[in-house]
Amino acid sequence: MTRSAGLDPRRTAALVRKEALQVMRDPSSLAIAFVLPLVLLFLFGYGVSLDADDVRLAVVVENPTPDTAGFTATLANSPYFQVTELRSRQEAVPLLDRGAVRGIVVLGQRFSADYRAGAEAPVQVILDGADANTARLVQGYVQGVWSTWLTQEALRQGRSLAVPVVAEGHVRYNPQLRSRNFLIPGLIAIIMALIGTLLTALVVAREWERGTMESLMATRVGVGEILVGKLLPYFVLGMGGMALSVGLAVTLFQVPFRGSVAALVLVSAVFLLGALAMGLVISALTRNQFAAGQVAIVAAFLPAFMLSGFVFEISAMPLPIQALTTVVSARYFVSSLQTLFLAGTVWRVLLPDLLAMTAIAAVFLAIAVRSTRKRLD
Amino acid sequence: MAAASDPLVVLRGVVKRFGRTAVVDGLDLAVAPGGVTAVVGPDGAGKTTLLRLMAGLLAPDAGTVTVCGHDTIAEPEAARADLGYMPQRFGLYQDLSVAENLALHADLQGLPPADRPVVFERLLAFTGLAPFTGRLAGKLSGGMKQKLGLACVLIRKPRVLLLDEPTVGVDPVSRRDLWAMVQALRDDGTAVVWSTSYLDEAERCETVVVLDGGRVRFAGPPADLTAQVAGRTHVVEGLSGDRRRIQRRANALPAVVDALIQGPAVRLVLAEGAAPPAAEALGDSAAQVVPVPPRLEDAFVALLAPARPAVPGVRLDVRVGKGAADAIAVHDLTRRFGDFVAADRVTFSVPRGEVFGLLGPNGAGKSTTFRMLCGLLPASGGTARVAGFDLGRAAPAARARIGYVAQKFSLYEALTGRQNLAFFGGVYGLGRRALAEAVARVAGGLHLDAALDATVADMPLGIKQRLAVACAVLHGPEILFLDEPTSGVDPLTRREFWRHINGLAEDGVTVMVTTHFLDEAEYCDRVALMDAGRVIALGPPEDLKAAHRTAEVPEPTLEDAFIAAIAAERRETPP
Repeated sequence: MTRSAGLDPRRTAALVRKEALQVMRDPSSLAIAFVLPLVLLFLFGYGVSLDADDVRLAVVVENPTPDTAGFTATLANSPYFQVTELRSRQEAVPLLDRGAVRGIVVLGQRFSADYRAGAEAPVQVILDGADANTARLVQGYVQGVWSTWLTQEALRQGRSLAVPVVAEGHVRYNPQLRSRNFLIPGLIAIIMALIGTLLTALVVAREWERGTMESLMATRVGVGEILVGKLLPYFVLGMGGMALSVGLAVTLFQVPFRGSVAALVLVSAVFLLGALAMGLVISALTRNQFAAGQVAIVAAFLPAFMLSGFVFEISAMPLPIQALTTVVSARYFVSSLQTLFLAGTVWRVLLPDLLAMTAIAAVFLAIAVRSTRKRLD
Repeated sequence: MAAASDPLVVLRGVVKRFGRTAVVDGLDLAVAPGGVTAVVGPDGAGKTTLLRLMAGLLAPDAGTVTVCGHDTIAEPEAARADLGYMPQRFGLYQDLSVAENLALHADLQGLPPADRPVVFERLLAFTGLAPFTGRLAGKLSGGMKQKLGLACVLIRKPRVLLLDEPTVGVDPVSRRDLWAMVQALRDDGTAVVWSTSYLDEAERCETVVVLDGGRVRFAGPPADLTAQVAGRTHVVEGLSGDRRRIQRRANALPAVVDALIQGPAVRLVLAEGAAPPAAEALGDSAAQVVPVPPRLEDAFVALLAPARPAVPGVRLDVRVGKGAADAIAVHDLTRRFGDFVAADRVTFSVPRGEVFGLLGPNGAGKSTTFRMLCGLLPASGGTARVAGFDLGRAAPAARARIGYVAQKFSLYEALTGRQNLAFFGGVYGLGRRALAEAVARVAGGLHLDAALDATVADMPLGIKQRLAVACAVLHGPEILFLDEPTSGVDPLTRREFWRHINGLAEDGVTVMVTTHFLDEAEYCDRVALMDAGRVIALGPPEDLKAAHRTAEVPEPTLEDAFIAAIAAERRETPP
């Protein structure tokens, strides 16, 4: 919190009280703090998933045998696939072209014979590579089903496994590999970046538009008092929005929370302060609600969405873009939240994140103090 | 220790530039305590910039500004300690009630809680807002908002009070209240600086400062300024011909600085040393030219007008509708919004070629009536014929014969004048050839040729206003509707504007205008005075004035008549 030299407690309290009254009477701030997170969480929480469930798959069995029937049944029983059985490639390829199936598994003419003879794996997988992510997932799943089937067959027949080494994976932190578990904490970070910035950007711009800022400036009210008068009420409101989002994540979306609440409050507070300060800077520069809203979305939401590692892996970005992400506060907040939700209170991760967010918040607060001068020119 | 009569605000050699334009250009001024200083000047003269410099909201590029002995830039806190400033847009919180706005300002200005009940009671009584303490500021009328704004500034009795155009958009009744409130302050030794476009307000101040082009053209008692045109003001009475034609002829004479329609007469301000024109020179041998005492406005126009080119009237090809003798005929026109009757059995008619004014306080139903006549709002009952067409059945046909100038002009700011004209011509369905002809004729008549290729955003207000009229008359309408055309506009721009409107009326265009501004109503042939949705008086301005002539007010102005008529009406039928 800024504690500039002459912070008159009564003037500050009057400004905070005024802002609180306005929040309660004008539903737009409440909507930003509470309705916006709800909408975004439902939209992204239910709409976006990086898992492939019920992928439609065509299985071409050119020469049906008990072996092919067994393998097809294993595929069909897997939760990942919805299987259509066909007799020839000619039937299957048009389905792939139309997008009716995402992949084709071909069990060739000699599947049974080769398998019985212990020769090379005679399974061909044809994939729709347009969506590379799904294609890779399907490939992995088919491979997994194939090795499951081989193991089952080997056990059933009392044979030793043909595959000499099996890599047995053990996944920590998110054992079911539910993408929702890391998407939702990241999403909360994005939501907070947006609402934090919007809240202050819009209300200060409104004071400029209605001329109330001009009359405030002609009184003895100090810049520090104006800023605290804006930050404090919207900080409380923003933390309310944060609590709502975390509550929904844990109850409705069943994302595990393994860290400490105190650490969560600390990182959220630091991040929110930075976002609110950025909103103050935006509104001081635009002095117009419409422009402030636009700038807040472009300057806060887009970088938070694209450059925070929320969906797009930072290490996969070109170096200059990677460098750019280091000044995006949301990047550290995404990492902190994912850690707190999925791993626990790991200070080795949280401390550097906190440090970076504090630095960015301090810079925006400094700019806010400078740009909220008590003059019009 | 400073003497009690030392000036409270002092400006020395102040320059303020925005980009490369000097809006205030080498200004020296001292404001004494215990009086009201009116700052007047044409739009863009630098009035608002001057007040903001005094409030310390702008830093001068050269020179110094001191308030109560403190430099506004070097010691901003000390300079603001005894300063009250009310910007043009009130500075009230719309979502807060009257009491909450007052309490906020009491906290901000450090009024001890123990003093509050007394101070609040005094201010609420002073402003007449006591019955409305719980009402949200956003729900107050324009006049009440201004009073609350003033009350907020007065919580700590500032020694210097700056009011930026406090009476713009305020009806005459509230205007009088505000003026009385400020009068009470002068006795406390407060220095009040009041910027205004209304010279009748300036005339009642101790000091008037005339700004033009960022410089002081006159500073001193208003009587001294008025004295500059002593012996140079006359009225032309007993006209047998059209007063508008006489006004135009007078304006063309080199001896006449200003000619203005005033009721049935034409008022003249002569050039220095010029003899009054003979009645024959004005084209009306029956008329008499009689000397009258000067007014501040005469002196103001004489001081600033010579720098401005005279503008002749317009020539339009007016389409003349068939049949109907009256351009507008309204009978029992009613409009309800739910239970609320905004216009209640309004009845009047306007003959072709008349300038007709619709007057009334805020919320009287002027705008509602106006919108119904433009075909923008359907009526709930009654009939209205415009240009011979029944609005209920043939609104589109009527609309094709009217031109409409909205209060905010509705021009495209990013386009040039020519592009705006081309757009509106296109909207009215003019072909390329017809459009080119219409643009040439209208732009020539309204003296817009030089401004056609400038972007609207860069145009001075007067030019914008004329361009808006040009856009509205391109299609040669029979009737021109003007909605509050000169609200907050200075006397020079207002005169120029009316010169054009009169030119249109001479060409046979019927003009219907709404206004708050009662001097403007003098330009009308007839006015309808509305209150609470009903027409309470109808007739020529001079008849209205005559009806309210009393022993106390032997020569009532139209404003006096207006206030008396509304008071009488409200006594008879309490709301």
